[in-house]
Amino acid sequence: MTFRAAVITFPGSNCDRDMAVAIENVCGGEVHRVWHGDAALPEGLDFIALPGGFSYGDYLRSGAMAARSPVMQAVVATANKGVAVLGVCNGFQVLTEAGLLPGALMRNAGIRFVCREVALNVENNDSLFTSRYFKDQRITIPVAHHDGNFFADDATLDRIEGEGRVAFRYAEEVNGSARNIAGVLNEKGNVLGMMPHPERHIEKAQGGIDGRALFESVVRTLVSA
Amino acid sequence: MKVRVFVSLKNGVLDPQGRAIHHAIEGLGFSGVSDVRAGRLIELDVDDSVTDAALDEMAQKLLANQVIENYRIERVAA
Repeated sequence: MTFRAAVITFPGSNCDRDMAVAIENVCGGEVHRVWHGDAALPEGLDFIALPGGFSYGDYLRSGAMAARSPVMQAVVATANKGVAVLGVCNGFQVLTEAGLLPGALMRNAGIRFVCREVALNVENNDSLFTSRYFKDQRITIPVAHHDGNFFADDATLDRIEGEGRVAFRYAEEVNGSARNIAGVLNEKGNVLGMMPHPERHIEKAQGGIDGRALFESVVRTLVSA
Repeated sequence: MKVRVFVSLKNGVLDPQGRAIHHAIEGLGFSGVSDVRAGRLIELDVDDSVTDAALDEMAQKLLANQVIENYRIERVAA
């Protein structure tokens, strides 16, 4: 069985190629590049990735316009069928705006754009995106964002914590996120949104390889399934 | 007809932008300002046939993110 992935490109996406290369290198298989105006996705996908960037110039709210683009209706329908969907950075913002993930990503509490490596704690290694990590493993992944301040009301936060849906937590103060949440899963566990960029830490030449295990988890879970 | 949609952050939601504006106001030497919250004003030119329900739907589906924002719609007489 060939692993089939798609990377969606919105106008203003800028991590789409990095994401495609990471999937090609770590997962293998076919990676389709899909444009935001496409109304349909390729058939038989195992995995969809929404990359980082500044889709539609962050107009209105980060991710707001992209979440209403034609291709996102297909992504939402495909996610609801159980296909794995990963949103990184702007991709995470798009997933919350599209209603696939709870909460919202607001301006960083310190107002400044944050661009550096951060320490993360793996909170849940029982998901299809994190099974190749150890629970409570401390990993280092780069962030680069202005709007990464995760917000949800207390009842929502309690619920996602109680259901084990916090995949990654910042191990240091980064952007003011509620309960230091860096990555969150949907109820079924097939959609993950995270602000840090695992696709930027795939090879030693990039300064670290802690992002590899995420893509290894995806391919191992989906191909052996 | 002109319609104004005011989008503001919900109470309790931290507004770092408002805080920075507040800080800048104080930096200019103005006193007596106890808090600043920044929002967004969206003006629409619409046909008279556009209903309140349709405007409400626009606000809910796109103009405001109700996880963090409230909105208020105002029709402006021409």
